[in-house]
Amino acid sequence: MNSNKISIIFGLIVMILFSPFAVNASGPDKEEGVNVKEIMFHHLGDGYGWEVPFSHVYRIPLPVIVRAEDGKWICFSSSKLTKLEEEIDPKSGKNKLEAVPQIVNIEKDGKNYSFVLAHYSAHSNKIVQIFPVESDNDKSVLKAASEIASEGEYGVDRIIDGYVLVDGQYFKEYRPLDFSITKNVLALFIAAIIVTAMVMSVVRWYAKKGLKAPRKGMGFMEMLIDFIYTGVIKSSLHDKAKQFAPFLLTCFFFILVMNLVGLIVIFPGGANLTGNIAVTLVLAVLVFIVINIKATKHYWKEIFWPDVPLFLKFPLPIMQCIEIFGIFTKPAALCVRLFANMMGGHMIVITLTLLIFIFTAFGAAATGGSVVISIIFSIFMLALDILVSFIQAYVFTLLATLFIAMAQDNGHHEKHQEHVDHEILPDPDNDEKKDDASGVIA
Amino acid sequence: MELFTPELGLVFWMFIAFIILFFVLAKWGWPIIIKNMEQRADTIDKGVEYAKEAKAQLDSARADAQKFLDDARKQQAEILRDAAKMKSQIIEEAKKEASEEAKKVMDAAKVSIEQSRKEAELQFRDEVSKFSLDIAEKMVRNQLKSDKAQTELVNKLLDEIENN
Repeated sequence: MNSNKISIIFGLIVMILFSPFAVNASGPDKEEGVNVKEIMFHHLGDGYGWEVPFSHVYRIPLPVIVRAEDGKWICFSSSKLTKLEEEIDPKSGKNKLEAVPQIVNIEKDGKNYSFVLAHYSAHSNKIVQIFPVESDNDKSVLKAASEIASEGEYGVDRIIDGYVLVDGQYFKEYRPLDFSITKNVLALFIAAIIVTAMVMSVVRWYAKKGLKAPRKGMGFMEMLIDFIYTGVIKSSLHDKAKQFAPFLLTCFFFILVMNLVGLIVIFPGGANLTGNIAVTLVLAVLVFIVINIKATKHYWKEIFWPDVPLFLKFPLPIMQCIEIFGIFTKPAALCVRLFANMMGGHMIVITLTLLIFIFTAFGAAATGGSVVISIIFSIFMLALDILVSFIQAYVFTLLATLFIAMAQDNGHHEKHQEHVDHEILPDPDNDEKKDDASGVIA
Repeated sequence: MELFTPELGLVFWMFIAFIILFFVLAKWGWPIIIKNMEQRADTIDKGVEYAKEAKAQLDSARADAQKFLDDARKQQAEILRDAAKMKSQIIEEAKKEASEEAKKVMDAAKVSIEQSRKEAELQFRDEVSKFSLDIAEKMVRNQLKSDKAQTELVNKLLDEIENN
């Protein structure tokens, strides 16, 4: 009975999913195929505008803030970077809108600045300042330009270092300092606001209701805070927990919210934040700063004069090298772990979705099958990513806490070790028993 | 590899965003939440402690009350028993006294009855002897009306005396 129902539902899904592709089997892009890499990088990367949900053409304009070559700060709307052009699709004959990059000319203090969203350049998808090529300056550029003019073809192989190709014409490019409020930056702010709202809602509850336990959402929030504070921070930092709790809790909730917001496909989400190495790098650097600024004397002593046989640290400082290397690898591991996990998750989901478009080339049946399979797998992966979001935030906080706790060691352990050694010495036969005892004490 | 090179702008904004978030939450967020959570935990602990104490106190109070009640019952029983004993004693004494009194009264009555009987007897004897004398006199007079009778009697008496 039950399996019958499931098979009926499954069949319906298959039919529904087949139908549009059966109709559209001879649709566009059949021969061209899809540029998987470009789509993937577009989704994983940053952007100057934020796509309006369910549209590839319209974007929410965001401010572009760049420092031009002569040191002037220039600010303009990202909507100026592209213009909408109506193109006639050669296959279907329908008109379709396309966002095409255009050169932005800004006048400031009597000078003209030109910017463009680079496409055929070393700085792909970034804003570059452009200058006209002086004809006697670079022969190879002019040669390539004339080739393009005759062949009318330009692609990745036409990129010349230091130049950008716009509408079949080469310009000298300069990558300005770019502090634009991009999609990722705005998403960061949104995530920060969400975290603040979440935390402040709990604080407000306390202000209003005193010691009454929060209910529902706030109860869950408090449960999470307690889970991290008592379970992670307090259990490894003990009496120093209060000192580091704000930093670690902020890390956890910021990462968690960024992870989860990144999984939402449309506007307030969709930015691949924690899958961006800049974001995780900042987090790791902050953890690095906290570890080393708050470190105890004992921690530095362990690095520069560890408790190892003398030949390991003098005259060749082998252990010191390893330890100093270790200072940097710990936060680097944090950075790469979070980045790779989150980016991997996004990449898998995008790849599974793109499978549909890849399989369109093999006809309707393959498309229908791939639709069902890739949707099922995408949903599964997204569900898994929700779990991974939480786990990665937790792991980041846990490891950061452990690293901080390791740098908070005051050398009690060492004293204890010496004491045990002393006890062992007079009776070498009793070694094992003593070790067990010390293990129990430790 | 665009994905693996950190973008300076994003690094800058991420740093700013994190630092602002951190300071806002470190000032107005986390310490208050942690303090409240700990305070509540303490309050709950204290509450549990208090409840335990109260329960213990209640238990001991109940035991005390039970003890008092038991004592009171015992006392009551004792008092009752004493009272019963006293009652029976009083009754006994009263009975004894009453019987003694009665005996005294009876004795006195007996004595007086005896006395009056004796008196009566004496009186009666006197009366009887008087009566009998009278009767005897009358009878003698009656019988001795005739001479013959007189002589007969004298004879008889003489006979009797002779016989004796």
